[in-house]
Amino acid sequence: MQSSLSLSLSPHTSLTIPRPNQSSFAPSAKPINLRFCGLRREALGYFSPLLTRRVQLNPITARRRSAADLVVSAALSGGNGSPPKSFDYDLLIIGAGVGGHGAALHAVEKGLKTGIIEGDVVGGTCVNRGCVPSKALLAVSGRMRELQSEHHLKALGLQVSAAGYDRQGVADHANNLASKIRNNLTNSMKAIGVDILTGVGTILGPQKMKVGSDKVVTAQNIIIATGSVPFVPKGIEVDGKTVITSDHALKLESVPDWIAIVGSGYIGLEFSDVYTALGSEVTFIEALDQLMPGFDPEIGKLAQRVLINPRKIDYHTGVFATKITPAKDGKPVIIELIDAKTKEPKDTLEVDAALIATGRAPFTQGLGLENVNVATQRGFVPVDERMRVIDANGNLVPHLFCIGDANGKMMLAHAASAQGISVVEQVTGRDHVLNHLSIPAACFTHPEISMVGLTEPQAREKAEKEGFEVSIAKTSFKANTKALAENEGEGLAKLIYRPDNGEILGVHIFGLHAADLIHEASNAIALGTRIQDIKLAVHAHPTLSEVLDELFKSAKVKAQVSSPVSEPVAV
Amino acid sequence: MAHLLNTSFIPSSSPTLRPRNPTILIHTRRAPTRIVAKIREIFMPALSSTMTEGKIVSWMKSEGDKLSKGESVVVVESDKADMDVETFYDGYLAAIMVEEGGVASVGSAIALLAESEAEIADAKSKAASTSPSSSSSSSSSAAAAAEVAAAPPQVKEVASLSLSTHPASEGGKRVVASPYAKKLAKELKVELGRVVGSGPSGRVVAKDVEAAAAAAAFSVGPTAAETASVAAKSVGIELGTVVPFTTMQGAVSRNMVESLAVPTFRVGYTFTTDALDALYKKIKSKGVTMTALLAKATALALAKHPVVNSSCRDGKSFTYNSSINIAVAVAMDGGLITPVLQDADKVDIYSLSRKWKELVDKARAKQLQPQEYNTGTFTLSNLGMFGVDRFDAILPPGTGAIMAIGASQPTVVATKDGRIGMKNQMQVNVTADHRVIYGADLASFLQTLANIIEDPKDLTF
Repeated sequence: MQSSLSLSLSPHTSLTIPRPNQSSFAPSAKPINLRFCGLRREALGYFSPLLTRRVQLNPITARRRSAADLVVSAALSGGNGSPPKSFDYDLLIIGAGVGGHGAALHAVEKGLKTGIIEGDVVGGTCVNRGCVPSKALLAVSGRMRELQSEHHLKALGLQVSAAGYDRQGVADHANNLASKIRNNLTNSMKAIGVDILTGVGTILGPQKMKVGSDKVVTAQNIIIATGSVPFVPKGIEVDGKTVITSDHALKLESVPDWIAIVGSGYIGLEFSDVYTALGSEVTFIEALDQLMPGFDPEIGKLAQRVLINPRKIDYHTGVFATKITPAKDGKPVIIELIDAKTKEPKDTLEVDAALIATGRAPFTQGLGLENVNVATQRGFVPVDERMRVIDANGNLVPHLFCIGDANGKMMLAHAASAQGISVVEQVTGRDHVLNHLSIPAACFTHPEISMVGLTEPQAREKAEKEGFEVSIAKTSFKANTKALAENEGEGLAKLIYRPDNGEILGVHIFGLHAADLIHEASNAIALGTRIQDIKLAVHAHPTLSEVLDELFKSAKVKAQVSSPVSEPVAV
Repeated sequence: MAHLLNTSFIPSSSPTLRPRNPTILIHTRRAPTRIVAKIREIFMPALSSTMTEGKIVSWMKSEGDKLSKGESVVVVESDKADMDVETFYDGYLAAIMVEEGGVASVGSAIALLAESEAEIADAKSKAASTSPSSSSSSSSSAAAAAEVAAAPPQVKEVASLSLSTHPASEGGKRVVASPYAKKLAKELKVELGRVVGSGPSGRVVAKDVEAAAAAAAFSVGPTAAETASVAAKSVGIELGTVVPFTTMQGAVSRNMVESLAVPTFRVGYTFTTDALDALYKKIKSKGVTMTALLAKATALALAKHPVVNSSCRDGKSFTYNSSINIAVAVAMDGGLITPVLQDADKVDIYSLSRKWKELVDKARAKQLQPQEYNTGTFTLSNLGMFGVDRFDAILPPGTGAIMAIGASQPTVVATKDGRIGMKNQMQVNVTADHRVIYGADLASFLQTLANIIEDPKDLTF
């Protein structure tokens, strides 16, 4: 198993500057805290292989630790293009979002001198304009939904008089949450000595950056973590009042009577939950033939039955919004739709507001990528599976990495963080490839949707290609005691697996607290746990986690239970 | 643990969560006249021991599709899980009787299965006659008092107004309705094109649809009463402005136009009401109202003239109503409603009076149930309290006749014995659909009614 860890020939090797003072190498002896890691090892077997590896990897990982060795780059740099001889930082991260933050924390833990460049506010999209404030709004919408559901409350024996809300109060809650998390994030970095450099970061050349207008800093390794901005298709005019993106919507400056949401992915779906709970009516505009295209079809169908059909929502599928004009001069927002296939004009909608939730575009302009000969693809920075940046000629750019939305591999905050940690692992001498199939995703509607791994069609396609069998197991929340106690029996958990060896290929959950339930499955995938083993694990009763217990138990695996001390399997 | 506690739910690893034994689904029903044809009903199966009703999640086949034994036809949601339901017979899915999202109790028919393609049409017509969703549309069954105080020009004006006021609706071709309004319209079976929107730029919103559904009964014209009250309140109206119709007014407008398709004629009559007035004075203290007395008298007369209680629904036949339900127009703020006194010929005058009071109270609180305003077979409209001595009413679509009642007032009359005397007299004017009710029918009905009113002892039993 150690063989998978040894790194005999890294593409870095030829390009790194050999350091003489090997004695200063002082790796932490404690087991690495790996949050997103496809590798597991026992603490006992840890130390000796590391020693052997050290010899091989020293050229890459040895760093100067004493302050005297850190020389200001200005004195040394021999002009653009040639790498500096010594560096201001071991690791410089461009962008203090969740990805950059995760990387910075892990880098400090690994003993790297770390700087982080932020041109806007610490926290990035997730904390300021994404996951965090939207969770505040969804917390409100969830409660509103409960209080408004007379039928549900009555079934529980509760009586509540008319529920109402104060828009500004709700907006403040979201805003306060964002600033609280932002402060926490900033403090957590400051407290451990991460330098926060304010200003726009531009790459000047290999290992060299400009921050703001004139400050030049150098770093052994640079991570691009600049994230993304809402993607607005051509023809759509965003005025920030009646035609808005998620950035504006999260401020909740108004609750329109009727809002069209362009795009029915995570963002659109979550906002439809918020808006309908607050009294809006929603029209979805989806370019593909069905709503929620990214989800497992079965989950999507069920979700549509619960999240769309009974609510004040209608939808147009298979259409593009070619032109959206904001409301002005007493006229409503006008949306022109064309058929996605024939391109013929199909319909015109007149609504009070339109939310553009057509996805996100990487924020990589002005980054100076041309100075290291990197050409973006639709704005995304091309990277290999180790997040190493690939230049226009298809070669790896040494010491330059890109994580998170900017590389487009998996546009999720926690994926960015995992990628950042993976990069730090690599630059500190441990090869690491992140298994993206073990990264869970969640949509925080009421009830929630969560998933990890492959969808059923993806799994079947893979199975056909690789010649294995795929089985499906399902359990309903209607059979779960806790869910019934909550009177929230609507829901489904679905397991996609290989019956021959018990490998979990994907798990999809729609139901109460699905986003919290998914981790049992994602951890199992990350650690390579097989169904025949996990089905013997005990779950507290009565809990929602028994939905997954049931799910694993209902799977029919042909393989025998492996030995209780199971061998970790790299995936 | 959970699986032990929920024994009736058996998690299955099969991809469809299919019931082990789909319960007997299909019953055969043979049309009495056709021995060969087999049209089977597909029933809502009992998918668990506790299931009493099931929701149709989705139809996997559509009408006209060929089915073979064992094929999944429909997904049903029970109290426990969603299950695919299979057919036991080969055939064609002829008619779907419960749409997706609909709920049916266990054992009730949800679709028809025809054995051959030729029988699909038969099955369809059968479904149409039995399907719960095909119950008479609101407009045809809606009883409505429609009256216009002798104002033919007004009718013309109404007719020229467009139904939808949305600027972008391209002359009514396109309906701009909010998502919830569309959903509600489907649920309440309201035709969106006929709903006037009150939302921004005339958009149809949920409350318009709700109002339109309720207004099926309100479908009436502006009465003199209303006109009078509007005139009295005209202070609140900004002159020189154009005010779009409310939903109720829009409905009125449509019904007025619709009534033009009915060939009506009018017959007038003058009643002497001295005896009726005396009776009223005597039993007034017991809570009896003049409205109830008139309704009762009319009902008793109608019992002897069933043709006047009939209506013409399709232009080809008489529909003889089994009960005599007297609808009485009541002016309300911004409109009009017609509460119905059901079986007015059979109910005694005291109960009828109590019922009337209850209906009026409900109408004011806008709490009338549909059967309380849309089941009338004959309509009364009384403008006597305004001093109107005679007027002319418009026939509400779906009914045969309406009687306009003027004020009862002292009149100098020549009596049969050659003297001149003073009697209380009241003029009525009946508007009727000449396709079913002819002049002689009305005349003899009015004569009967005159006898009852002039000798009202029968009214109190």
